[in-house]
Amino acid sequence: MLDVKNLSMRFGGLLAVDQVSLDVQEHEIVSIIGPNGAGKTTVFNCISGFYKPSGGKILFEGKEVQGKPDYKISRLGMVRTFQHVRLFNKMTVVENLLVAQHRHLNTNLLSGLIKTPNYRSREQKSLDRAAYWLERVGLLDLANRDAGNLAYGQQRRLEIARCMVTEPKLLMLDEPAAGLNPAETKDLNQLIVSLKEDYNVSVLLIEHDMSLVMDISDRITVINQGRPLAAGTPDEVRQNDDVIKAYLGEA
Amino acid sequence: MAAHNFKHALFCAVVTMVIAFPILGLNLVARGTRVGLEGADASTIISVFVAAAIVFFFQLYRDTIMGNLGKLPALNPLAGREPMPQAKRVKLESWALTGIIVLALFWPFFVSRGSVDLATLVLIYVMLALGLNVVVGLAGLLDLGYVAFYAVGAYTFALLSQYMGISFWMALPIGALLAALFGLVLGFPVLRLRGDYLAIVTLGFGEIIRILLNNWTSITGGPNGIGGIPEPTLFGMEFGRRVKEEGNTSFHETFGIAYSGEHKVIFLYLIALVLAVITALVIRRLMRMPVGRAWEALREDEIAARSLGLSRTAVKLSAFTIGAFFAGFAGTVFASKQGFISPESFVFLESAIILAIVVLGGMGSQIGVILAAIAVTILPELAREFADYRMLVFGAAMVLMMVWRPQGLMPMRRIHIELKRQE
Ligand SMILES: Nc1ncnc2c1ncn2[C@@H]1O[C@H](COP(=O)(O)OP(=O)(O)OP(=O)(O)O)[C@@H](O)[C@H]1O
Ligand SMILES: [Mg+2]
Repeated sequence: MLDVKNLSMRFGGLLAVDQVSLDVQEHEIVSIIGPNGAGKTTVFNCISGFYKPSGGKILFEGKEVQGKPDYKISRLGMVRTFQHVRLFNKMTVVENLLVAQHRHLNTNLLSGLIKTPNYRSREQKSLDRAAYWLERVGLLDLANRDAGNLAYGQQRRLEIARCMVTEPKLLMLDEPAAGLNPAETKDLNQLIVSLKEDYNVSVLLIEHDMSLVMDISDRITVINQGRPLAAGTPDEVRQNDDVIKAYLGEA
Repeated sequence: MAAHNFKHALFCAVVTMVIAFPILGLNLVARGTRVGLEGADASTIISVFVAAAIVFFFQLYRDTIMGNLGKLPALNPLAGREPMPQAKRVKLESWALTGIIVLALFWPFFVSRGSVDLATLVLIYVMLALGLNVVVGLAGLLDLGYVAFYAVGAYTFALLSQYMGISFWMALPIGALLAALFGLVLGFPVLRLRGDYLAIVTLGFGEIIRILLNNWTSITGGPNGIGGIPEPTLFGMEFGRRVKEEGNTSFHETFGIAYSGEHKVIFLYLIALVLAVITALVIRRLMRMPVGRAWEALREDEIAARSLGLSRTAVKLSAFTIGAFFAGFAGTVFASKQGFISPESFVFLESAIILAIVVLGGMGSQIGVILAAIAVTILPELAREFADYRMLVFGAAMVLMMVWRPQGLMPMRRIHIELKRQE
């Protein structure tokens, strides 16, 4: 469904991403790994439309999407989380999920002002969907708290729930396990697998936690200093000499 | 540290002298056909020195003074208290609001005509401030040219009535919609800009509209303005002594009461009150609707909002347009109240006053904005002898607010949507 071809991104003199190609098929979890500063987040920013790539093509469901504005990309069904959690801190947990469903709601001003039945029913549906996902990530009891007051692990889960209420086809997670304790990481592992199995969402994952990556990925792309280094199944990548040298050897 | 403070304080004192001395210490006197310069009397010069000394000592002990000011407990007695639960707060607020509205409905029948007239002006400012609050407080866009939309509303009514004989009630929606259209058209190219740039460009737009009105003499009458703007009618009843428009009747004759100039003033006040209440209610609802949440989300974290499919331009434009709409509303009422408008009424100072009301009241908070509108309009009227110092007091008030309560008199507390447990 997602096909990235020879993607390049240049910041002034720095070629942060150099000819990276990768693809994600339906019902698949694909991971991008690489040392710090390898350009992983930059790849995400290009795909999700925050940066306009300097070169290459990005196809989503067969259509070119590179250079499209970020909000349009997200409406196509590609939604991401951020390396540093970005919630609407002063809004409540459930409101965070309502904002994400903006385009599912009746945003006509007049229908909102006089509360037409259509407006009410869509608002109720959004609340139900929000409640469902809060239950799913174990935050239902905290629904009316300010998002900024949640513990770190809870914020991470809320960010994923916030993506899921938009009903995406492809979920892009940027280091979702960073800062989580082992128990939380295990829950995250199960959650991601269940997103794929039960909700038919493909996942593109950036992660430093190798055991998580190796455990859940169908395929892995390794990049180093902006350049693609290797790609394949977890076993292939684990045994690749270049990867061992550049990545594991360094650590 | 002390040496640094001393130098700084000395510098400030010298600046005070340099500025104050030529302005206050020297007088221009007409001697025949020529103008001569004369020193002011001793007391003025002494006060300049005293002022410089005050500045010097204040700057010298500035840190201590400001530190102690910040600690003054009495200023915010509620600071340490737990916030009220939302349900209770909402109830209390709506009771208070209903009380205020009922009081405001009956109040004009017991006071002087001048007070009612002033109250109408307050209500116009309330409308303006509530509208600007959407733009600045809720959407976080610094608009320094808000008065332009106010002018559009006022001039729409003035021109329509002059050239086409359209009545107040027809002009009210037209004026508001036209102002909204202006907001939409002007906002579209501008809203890509951020922060300071946006402020400067909107400032420019405000001035352009005013200059346009001033110079397009053939249509707008230029600096002479437009007069003879009709007052609102009540179901075809006019409030003047004699009926001006054919087909209308007059209010006092219909009800068989003696003519009184007060009827008209009170009627206008009531219209302004109803419109202000409608404005407040509509904006309150908007805050709880998807648009309102989108404004807040974009203000909180623009990147996250965009990543979830919110279009920055569309969301900000909606705030800009809605704000302009209410300014148009207020403009129509203003034109009708004055009966005469000219570009004089739409100078930058007006934008600044409306913005000051929003900031003083606490960005985003409605009750705060209403209180601030009352304070900012009425205080200068009460203290007319200090009219010369109005801007000075204004500036001082703003500085003090920034020190003590940067969040405004009554900072906004949002009404959250609650997720009810369904078992
Ligand atoms: N907006 C930008 N402007 C200039 N340089 C940038 C920008 N964004 C990223 N870079 C540079 O691009 C390179 C890749 O950064 P990126 O954030 O993509 O790395 P990463 O693989 O996500 O690293 P990490 O594992 O630490 O998150 C870095 O050298 C970074 O400094
Ligand atoms: Mg990164």
